[in-house]
Amino acid sequence: MLSTFITNTNPNILYASALPPDWPGGFWSHMLIFIVILFVFVILGVMAFIYIERRVLGRFQIRIGPNRTGPFGIIQPVADTIKILIKEDIIPQNADGLLHLLAPAIAFIPTLMIFAVIPLQNGVALVDLNIGILYIVAISSVSVVGILMAGWASNNKYALISAMRVIAQVVSYEIPLALSIIGVVLLTGNLSMNSIVESQNIPFILLQPLGFIIYFIAALAEINRTPFDLLEAESEIVAGFNIEYSGIKFALFFLTEYAEALAISAIIATIYLGGWRGPLLPPILWFLIKMVAVFILIIWVRSTLPRIRIDQVMGFAWKFLLPLALINLLITGLQVITLPDLSQWVIVAINFVVTAVLILFWSKFYRLTGDKKVEV
Amino acid sequence: MKFERYGKGIAKGMALTLKHFFRRPITTQYPEERLYVSRRIRGNQLVWDKNVCNACSACSRACPAGCLIVVTSRDENKKLKVDKIEQDIGICISCGLCVESCPVKCLFMSCDYEKSAYSRKNFILTGEDLMPSEKRIPSGYFSPENESKLPMQTLLIDR
Repeated sequence: MLSTFITNTNPNILYASALPPDWPGGFWSHMLIFIVILFVFVILGVMAFIYIERRVLGRFQIRIGPNRTGPFGIIQPVADTIKILIKEDIIPQNADGLLHLLAPAIAFIPTLMIFAVIPLQNGVALVDLNIGILYIVAISSVSVVGILMAGWASNNKYALISAMRVIAQVVSYEIPLALSIIGVVLLTGNLSMNSIVESQNIPFILLQPLGFIIYFIAALAEINRTPFDLLEAESEIVAGFNIEYSGIKFALFFLTEYAEALAISAIIATIYLGGWRGPLLPPILWFLIKMVAVFILIIWVRSTLPRIRIDQVMGFAWKFLLPLALINLLITGLQVITLPDLSQWVIVAINFVVTAVLILFWSKFYRLTGDKKVEV
Repeated sequence: MKFERYGKGIAKGMALTLKHFFRRPITTQYPEERLYVSRRIRGNQLVWDKNVCNACSACSRACPAGCLIVVTSRDENKKLKVDKIEQDIGICISCGLCVESCPVKCLFMSCDYEKSAYSRKNFILTGEDLMPSEKRIPSGYFSPENESKLPMQTLLIDR
């Protein structure tokens, strides 16, 4: 029944429902411990993701990947980090020194803040905000300010072009991203990340296939992964916004890039794949497995698709993803209101058919400027 | 009504990369793993069979780079013998003319392709250094009888 997965969680939860009551110091000790845990989680996760990316990408390209540093090359990210950190820190002569210094921090901190609301287990999060997903949408778009600052402060034309591109891209893709999340929120009736997971008796990727596709593509554009990596298009604008960065500041940007990928993997695992829910294995392990699966999907896309032009990027967001996200929202709303007692597997079947038909037919309307007219 | 641009190309590309994911890696991890080189390789060291050589110095005269020095003398039976034979692999251009000019087939190119040494002195091979051994296998260049003994070349297309 559709009504079974529209659950009502306690509206009195403001924050920290996972607060262990008998710890000394109450909320503050909980917060301190969790900040340390999350920081270690992000740093180790980024290192693991760098390793996974290099090995898996190698396999996609019929290579082996790094396997010399330690057993199976697992110390490779440590070696990379040390190599980056001991490089000289250079500020260009006419650069805006303060902005140049602040930009990496402003890019990194919001990315780290996303992890505050992601439940690693049932209720295990820094705070279980009742506006969790809204908080994520809001905070994750702040890090683009750091990238604009880096591009502006570097006093370099390539850096500025890159920053301008990424602003246009991220602002455009925010809209389909947020609209596809609203489909999930309609199903759960709740914005809290933990209750989104709790209400997934079947993963929302089955109930919201179109929403998942839109969210996945928009998220790739948000974190500037390969089909949309105009930010650091090596063949066009050298290295993009971080061209004038070296040493620990560059390391922070590098960390941001992978922490964003980690965050997107965690968010997709939470809201579409059922988060920590799963049989047999402990919940935290399920969460990690789902995160790594999403990241391998991201690497798979990276190994396959070439970079697209900026007009194609913008056209795809406004002419393809946005209308489909709106239609998806309409259909989900109609289903929640008019078919609350239908079996959920029937709705899964309906949604898959609707997704296929919508993508097939909307591709007829999708055309870029300068394309030849296609006779219908 | 013709449908295109609904992601068929993307699906095809993803399927292709997925197929590659399960293939055996094409990388050869060089110092540990080696491929068999061409059976007719002109490697950069000469293999000289002392027992067959008739000390005619034709190889030395044929050498365009002047890297092969042969000094001969006559013994008590008025027979030519080799006093000194010297190849400088730093100068050798691996053209194989010396091998082709040998009338008794005592000179071969080797299968060896690792040329580096710590000093230029180590590039100079003299006398017994040039004799065939386990490490210095004569290649099949200009000698079909050697070629048939060597293993077939590894082609990456077969992997």
